[in-house]
Amino acid sequence: MNLRDVDWKPLALVPLLAVLVLPLIGSPSTWLTLTVAGLAMGMIIFIIASGLTLVFGLMDVLNFGHGLFIALGAFVATSVLGAMGDYTQSGAMWRNLLAVLSAMAVAMAVAGAVGLAFERFIVRPVYGQHLKQILITMGGMIIGEELIKVVWGPQQIALPMPEGMRGSLLLGDAAIEKYRLIAVAVGLVVFALLAWTLARTKVGLLIRAGVQDREMVESLGYRIRRLFVGVFVVGSALAGLGGVMWGLYQQSVVPQMGAQVNVLIFIVIIIGGLGSTGGALIGALLVGLMANYTGFLAPKVALFSNIALMVAVLLWRPQGVYPVTNR
Amino acid sequence: MLNRLLSNDYPRSKVLAVILVAIFIGLALAPFLFPGVKALSVAAKVLIFVVLVASFDLLLGYTGIVSFAHTMFFGIGAYGIAVATTRMGPTWSALAVGLGGALSLSLLLSLAVGLFSLRVRAIFFAMITLAVAAAFQTLASQLSDITGGEDGLSFKVPEILSPSFEPFDEPFLGVTLDGRLLCYYLLFVLAVVLVLALLRVVNSPFGRVLQAIRENEFRAEAIGYRVVVYRTTSSVLSALFATMAGAMLALWLRYNGPDTSLSFEIMMDCLLIVVIGGIGTIYGSAIGAVLFVVAQSYLQDLLRVGSEAAASLPWLSALLSPDRWLLWLGLLFVLSVYYFPTGVVGRLRSPRASR
Repeated sequence: MNLRDVDWKPLALVPLLAVLVLPLIGSPSTWLTLTVAGLAMGMIIFIIASGLTLVFGLMDVLNFGHGLFIALGAFVATSVLGAMGDYTQSGAMWRNLLAVLSAMAVAMAVAGAVGLAFERFIVRPVYGQHLKQILITMGGMIIGEELIKVVWGPQQIALPMPEGMRGSLLLGDAAIEKYRLIAVAVGLVVFALLAWTLARTKVGLLIRAGVQDREMVESLGYRIRRLFVGVFVVGSALAGLGGVMWGLYQQSVVPQMGAQVNVLIFIVIIIGGLGSTGGALIGALLVGLMANYTGFLAPKVALFSNIALMVAVLLWRPQGVYPVTNR
Repeated sequence: MLNRLLSNDYPRSKVLAVILVAIFIGLALAPFLFPGVKALSVAAKVLIFVVLVASFDLLLGYTGIVSFAHTMFFGIGAYGIAVATTRMGPTWSALAVGLGGALSLSLLLSLAVGLFSLRVRAIFFAMITLAVAAAFQTLASQLSDITGGEDGLSFKVPEILSPSFEPFDEPFLGVTLDGRLLCYYLLFVLAVVLVLALLRVVNSPFGRVLQAIRENEFRAEAIGYRVVVYRTTSSVLSALFATMAGAMLALWLRYNGPDTSLSFEIMMDCLLIVVIGGIGTIYGSAIGAVLFVVAQSYLQDLLRVGSEAAASLPWLSALLSPDRWLLWLGLLFVLSVYYFPTGVVGRLRSPRASR
């Protein structure tokens, strides 16, 4: 792609927002802390939202039950980290990382497996019927949430961070929590992997082509349904990963967390344009930054700020910042 | 006469007609047929849900758009009554002010949400309403100076509607005629009027256009109907009816808080009732509401019995615990969307076609 063809305007939104609020916040060190926190939160939201936006773009399936996989991932992480207590307690960074990585792996596997079942039993019978999809996936999420309550109990469970990831680095006056840097790093790795898969592999090519024009890809002889199952499972697994990171970020998990994060994700993919991965990244970063800035400046309007952000973006580009053609 | 009242929309099935008449008579004579405080509360809840669900059906069943903000308008109605009577005392003018304020707030809010999100894409509407409803719920529990926060507001209603008002010493047919009874009948009349009004709306030329949009948006636009205008009007109307239902709830409970009128569970209940009763039929909401509210009020008791019976199997007992009733409701919901897509009314109207 030629550099001149790239649509730079949405990319500029993120730094623009960050620079605009600097005078409002005043102190640069507070601003830096908030910005890093916002980027970390945005990266986690992106990990969760990327799967959902692809599922929608590829198969026109609107999955309102995506939040279930977030909660599932987080709850699996509490079990895994709880079982690896001597790893999380130890001060050695590599043992902490090993614990968190295995928690992530197990959470992704479980969320992916449940995603496979969810696709088979909940989503597949209602392809092409938006109304029913919304109703059914909503019902699926409620069932899942209740089953989580059966297994782990309805109460809030603490998800303490491993020793080595606590504390913060001092950068001048600004305190930056270590975990937030880790979250940003993981998010970047996921984004890089996704971008590479989508841009450089055959599967990615098919996915992108399917998002643009499903029928054409099918008529060329590719089984887009099978591809879709794969995307759904990967999307669920990513939501599980995001759930682990979100749980560690909040340091506690509740069964209702899926529904809470769901709202944020919807805002993100509407801002980004349904089906667009790059748009989801921009939307997620904007939402993450906005949530942290308004949480500092005016906590009471924090949730409304995201809706206002969405309204503003949609007034500018009614299909989201990166509209996917043919939708 | 009947023709005009029902707006020419007869049940079109003998069984359905019998059930509807039975429900009508049952609700009309509920205080005399089913004495007791719990039974009367269940009957009042049925009345409120009939209106709430019928108004939701105008949006979901007739216009074909999914809104998750319906409980928000329900809550606005309930909070309108609650806030006004807390501030101005238990007078009729307070009720009027509360209802008027709530209706205008709902009007503005639904107009804003509708014009904004229905313009873009119908599919956005579901997501945007979900976000707005979540934000509103947070707001209602944070503005504790006005709404009472998480604790909610307890308030008094005009004397004639309160339980302490007892004009007659003698019980009538074994039932004491008190303010509670008057309140029930006020709700009953309101519910009947509102449901008939909704029947009028969906059977008017306007309602036909809505159904045309539901069936084929592009064709409706091509014939010359402004789809956005019709959709927005439909969502505003449905919001106003939901506000009325919320006001009825507040009047009956004499209390309102975030969990009673704004919780997401009520939204789920609405969805479930619409699906069970039959999408796109106002009558369905009446049948669904009766089935659902009665089941809900007694399902937890049933689950408790089941849970105790299965005490020897801990996992089964955990599944059957009364706290997990939403699990069974969710399963019921998914199964009814699959196997029962036309609901009770659809089944009764065309028993052969659905087989």
